[in-house]
Amino acid sequence: MTGQDLIKIKKQYVDRVKSEAKSGFVTVDVHMGTCGIAAGSQKIFDAIEKEMEKLEAKNIKIRSTGCAGFCSMEPMITVHVPGKPSVKYGKLDAKKALEIFYSHVLGGHVKADYAMSQGLEKPQHRLTGK
Amino acid sequence: MKALYQLSLADKVELVETDCLISCQEGPSIMLLPSGRVAQVNPGHNFTAWLIANIAALYHSPHRPSISLRGDAEIPPIEQMGFFSKQELVVMRNRGHIDAENIEEYIAHDGYMALYKVLTALEPEDVIKEIKSSGLRGRGGAGFPTGLKWEETRGYKTNPKYVICNGDEGDPGAFMDRSLMESDPHAIIEGMAICGYAIGAPQGYIYVRAEYPLAVKMLQTAIDNAVKKNLLGRNIMKSGFNFNIGIYPGAGAFVCGESTALMFSIEGKRGMPRIKPPRSAEAGLWEKPTCLNNVETFANIPQIIRRGADWFKSFGTPESTGTKVFSMSGAVRNVGLVEVPMGITVRSLIFDIGGGIKGNAKFKAVQLGGPSGGCLTEEHLDIPITFDSLQNVGSMMGSGGVVVMDDTNCMVDVARFFTQFSVDESCGKCVPCRTGLSVILSILEKIIMGNGVPEDLHELETLALHIQKTSHCGLGQAAPNPVLSTLRYFRHEYEAHIYDKRCPALVCTDLIHFEINADNCKKCGLCAKVCPAGAISWQKKEMPVIDKIICTKCKSCIRACKFEAIY
Repeated sequence: MTGQDLIKIKKQYVDRVKSEAKSGFVTVDVHMGTCGIAAGSQKIFDAIEKEMEKLEAKNIKIRSTGCAGFCSMEPMITVHVPGKPSVKYGKLDAKKALEIFYSHVLGGHVKADYAMSQGLEKPQHRLTGK
Repeated sequence: MKALYQLSLADKVELVETDCLISCQEGPSIMLLPSGRVAQVNPGHNFTAWLIANIAALYHSPHRPSISLRGDAEIPPIEQMGFFSKQELVVMRNRGHIDAENIEEYIAHDGYMALYKVLTALEPEDVIKEIKSSGLRGRGGAGFPTGLKWEETRGYKTNPKYVICNGDEGDPGAFMDRSLMESDPHAIIEGMAICGYAIGAPQGYIYVRAEYPLAVKMLQTAIDNAVKKNLLGRNIMKSGFNFNIGIYPGAGAFVCGESTALMFSIEGKRGMPRIKPPRSAEAGLWEKPTCLNNVETFANIPQIIRRGADWFKSFGTPESTGTKVFSMSGAVRNVGLVEVPMGITVRSLIFDIGGGIKGNAKFKAVQLGGPSGGCLTEEHLDIPITFDSLQNVGSMMGSGGVVVMDDTNCMVDVARFFTQFSVDESCGKCVPCRTGLSVILSILEKIIMGNGVPEDLHELETLALHIQKTSHCGLGQAAPNPVLSTLRYFRHEYEAHIYDKRCPALVCTDLIHFEINADNCKKCGLCAKVCPAGAISWQKKEMPVIDKIICTKCKSCIRACKFEAIY
């Protein structure tokens, strides 16, 4: 590993994310810190994963990321649709998460009833640019 | 039809053209059978995608979710949310944003670039100079300048040296280090490696409390991934620098967050603080020069190196630079982790970011710094949060726990809670902390039970000051702070407990009469309805009567009464 390799890893990763975005990859971040798991985010993760298997969905990526910091809104997920602002949802359970999955992730319609905010915190940014 | 194929439902759903579904103004519609639900298509949306959502929802979901057709425009942008907009993410820039188990994601977000810069372009002295000029001060609570500590450790010639990351976060109401270790472990690892390079240490340890199993797992995964990529281990990035990190899970003692006790604990001895000097920088772990910093301090390092000391200094005040992570809990509306520039006012923290006090209650006090800190009142709301300004008013930055209290909290009870914590966690090595705190606790309990006498206040004060002066380690010296600060700002509450035998916040059950004030009572009978013990008897248009023999003092009636008629 040298500095060049680091830059290469970074470039490869960004390229991959960009090409995924081009082919319409939707990313679902489930915020799974200890706090999130205690509030039920593991159930949400499992429910979405199971539904993805059932649908054999190929252009959806689910990630477990750390706590997003807003404890009183937990469990939270963030949905990234390419070319659209990311949307954070809060105070979810497995049922609500599945509604979001069908409406927003599959259908492209933000589930406004559970949405908290759109966009990412500064200085966070999507590697795809938007 | 394309949508049906995309969902591999083409053979299970039939597409039928129908007549108009009547609601013309809504535009094209479809009806989903067998449910008979009609859904309109918003012309602005992608029809195929919309169809997928509707049909998939109908077909697969056992819950039959409703599809929201409200536009995206109604969702507030994140910059307009008080909780997020006032925050300045430096340490927590990757929170909830990267998958911590995937090192490539961290690298893609400029991870390990600082380590690369240090190893190829900077001498250890330059690194220390940069950290010193950034003005970074230890985030564990005491606020010792980090650059100075590194320089001192580098100065000693004994080898090997050690780097220790203190992740033994024990304060009640503090959880920022846990969140950092879970969501961005590589930042801590990178910071430690830079420290190792700067002071000339080949080995680092992360001391994590065992109550954080997920943090331990995330850190271990991160270390393994970093070793695989040669970002830790031997000859890192072909620079000739070796650095390894081991994790040491603590056994659950609060005192092991104290640096010397922590080192004894790693050595396998009983975790008890020792007398300083020699400072850890001279003779720490296994009597070798050791540089110990907090999790948050280390997480700041890569950013300072990558973006420069001047960038870091652009946050905060001249004496307290950068940002600080606080974990806000208690009676605020928005409970959570907040990272703000130093120098922000307490008011902004609680009311802008925290969203104010929950429900209709009134702000009463805020406890900063956990059991070692003191509480601040309304008159302090406008002081800026820096290391020095908080010390001047008898509180401290501490590790960053912010517990907000409203007028339903009794300050004597709060003091008792924190003292109880300190008594439980005292290591027992020195008399003032071990015995003195127990005596303080027994006096507080006496007051809470209604047996307090006027002399108690003086005795509390004298004892607390003695403990502060004569305790062996920082924990003992700071343990009386909650008592002293509540005595200073809420003396009238202590006096109400002692002289009037009354608890103004109606918390201490021994001091509540559980009687009904005839002037306030509206004879509504709500108290009788909620009483789980059936101790309140009430007839229409009559004053309720509380049977004190049956009463369990659960306070349900007090909470239910809208007219404050029960005292």
